[in-house]
Amino acid sequence: MEFKFTEDNIKRIEKSISKYPEKKAAVMDALYVAQEQNGYITNEVMEEIAKILEMPVSDVYGVATFYTMYHKKPVGKYHLQVCTNVSCMLKGGMELLKQLKDELGIEESEVTSDGLFSIEEVECMGACGGAPMISANYDYYENLTPEKLRNLINDLRKKG
Amino acid sequence: MILEKKDEIIMELNIVLPKIKDLHKIDVYIKNDGYQAIKKALAMSPDDVIEEVKKSGLRGRGGACFPTGLKWSFMPKNDNKPHYLCVNGDESEPGSFKDRQIFEYNPHQMIEGILIACYAIRANTAYIYIRGEYHNWIQMVQKALDDAYERGYVGEKMKETFGTDFYCNIYIHKGAGAYICGEESAQMNSIEGKRGYPRVKPPFPAQNGLWGNPTTINNVETITNVPAIIKNGAEWFAKIGEPTHPGTLLIGVSGHVNRPGVYEVPTGTLLTDIIYKLCDGVPNNKKIKCVIPGGSSMPPLRGDQLEGVKMDAESLKKAGSAIGTGGVMVMDEDTDLSKVLLRITHFYHHESCGQCTPCREGTGWLEKVLKRVANRKATSKDLNLLVDIAQNIEGRTICALGDAAAWPVKFMIQRFRDEFEKYVNESVELEYPNKVHSMRNTKIPLSHLIIK
Repeated sequence: MEFKFTEDNIKRIEKSISKYPEKKAAVMDALYVAQEQNGYITNEVMEEIAKILEMPVSDVYGVATFYTMYHKKPVGKYHLQVCTNVSCMLKGGMELLKQLKDELGIEESEVTSDGLFSIEEVECMGACGGAPMISANYDYYENLTPEKLRNLINDLRKKG
Repeated sequence: MILEKKDEIIMELNIVLPKIKDLHKIDVYIKNDGYQAIKKALAMSPDDVIEEVKKSGLRGRGGACFPTGLKWSFMPKNDNKPHYLCVNGDESEPGSFKDRQIFEYNPHQMIEGILIACYAIRANTAYIYIRGEYHNWIQMVQKALDDAYERGYVGEKMKETFGTDFYCNIYIHKGAGAYICGEESAQMNSIEGKRGYPRVKPPFPAQNGLWGNPTTINNVETITNVPAIIKNGAEWFAKIGEPTHPGTLLIGVSGHVNRPGVYEVPTGTLLTDIIYKLCDGVPNNKKIKCVIPGGSSMPPLRGDQLEGVKMDAESLKKAGSAIGTGGVMVMDEDTDLSKVLLRITHFYHHESCGQCTPCREGTGWLEKVLKRVANRKATSKDLNLLVDIAQNIEGRTICALGDAAAWPVKFMIQRFRDEFEKYVNESVELEYPNKVHSMRNTKIPLSHLIIK
């Protein structure tokens, strides 16, 4: 599948390039932009980024696979990230993860059949004071209880 | 702010980072003497600014507690290369969530600190490295930056605003979920658009940093302290808290406490005061089993040995731990420490960048053995094995992640040996033999494999 950046996104990448003395440094921003446009990072995406930033595709691949926030396969519209690190674990993060899996009927890194949700167990998200927490895409939901989580899922479902 | 309980004043809070409503808005910040410290700094020579910060005794808040002024003075003085400042807001240490508060409530004080630091180290470009998960906070900082650019406090316009030759551009670099990028040299690689592999030191960043140019890396909290020092003077700052580690700390308390959150306290505050007075104690008045005082990689302290432990670099060192990033994690008496330790080790296994063998392999071994302990399938020997593996990681890696992975295991087992002995048996029957070599691709029944 061919991949081309939209014109707006090309501009965003150019703006990002202007921040650094080397084009290559914009690769992380470019991968974010691509992920926003395409949903996840494919080989074609990486080839396109390599062409724009004048760097080897293997380097783009190296970066895309090193950092965990670049998805290498499709995720749901709401990518639910559950923190189970110590602070959250002490307050029931593991149980939230199990509850999510049960309620959505999927395992980690799977997507629900309606394409709405996917689950990922993540490391500390820096919200230890509000443990346990999950993040739906970029939005943090802290101080959760099983009931609050259920409501959150229902709300997101309604929003579609 | 002064925290009062009944009639008794407990301690003074928020000395360096004032709690003023809407301080994140540029107008409110300017009304409260904002961007005056940079004006004052620009009237001094860069060396005088460094000298002032040196005199204040400010030490890095990222974990190593290195004197900030000294770090700045390592930057070459008469060279033609561009200088850079990196502001470390990667904040991925489990238990640490203090920088987020600064991004949300005091972004302008951070920006002003960056300007002063850049002036002192003669840099015209600064990168704020913020972890990707903090997307919403990145937008808050970007908004603050845009406002500051528009008012002419940042960028080329500075020359007009302040009437000097100095200018500074500030950019945000968004991370993408790698704990290791909190390590300074890995962070520089990440900014350069590479995998976040730590670099071998020397050469140190002050000689050979971003794109081979002199670079200084400071923690967000460290930088945010700078405007207050310039504004109020080094003597004022040096008088706050402990003389060896002056100033205030942003302490993030999480785990089993009634009121978790971030508190700005003077250094040298009693750990028990933080837990019982600020955070209102442990739910259901349970006893404390274990406290990790500075984020997951710091050695844990026993709950029965917390009396008199103060929160500053030297005191915690004496108590057998370290201040780290000030992320206090409290665990009550019902906590299963084997599960906590397994979770911590899983984290380091996951985040090891894979460059150094002791860390890449060792963290995996630690996790495997700890899984047995957590599943009650281990013997007392396994505990010794864990300490042994940990000691073979410690000090044998390029960066400090190896130590960070080894310390919790080593110290938790040593300090809570009584506890861990409860988790192990005299002998266990394993469903599969406990061999180090890979059994994955063999068709030989395991029972036939007998080592003589």
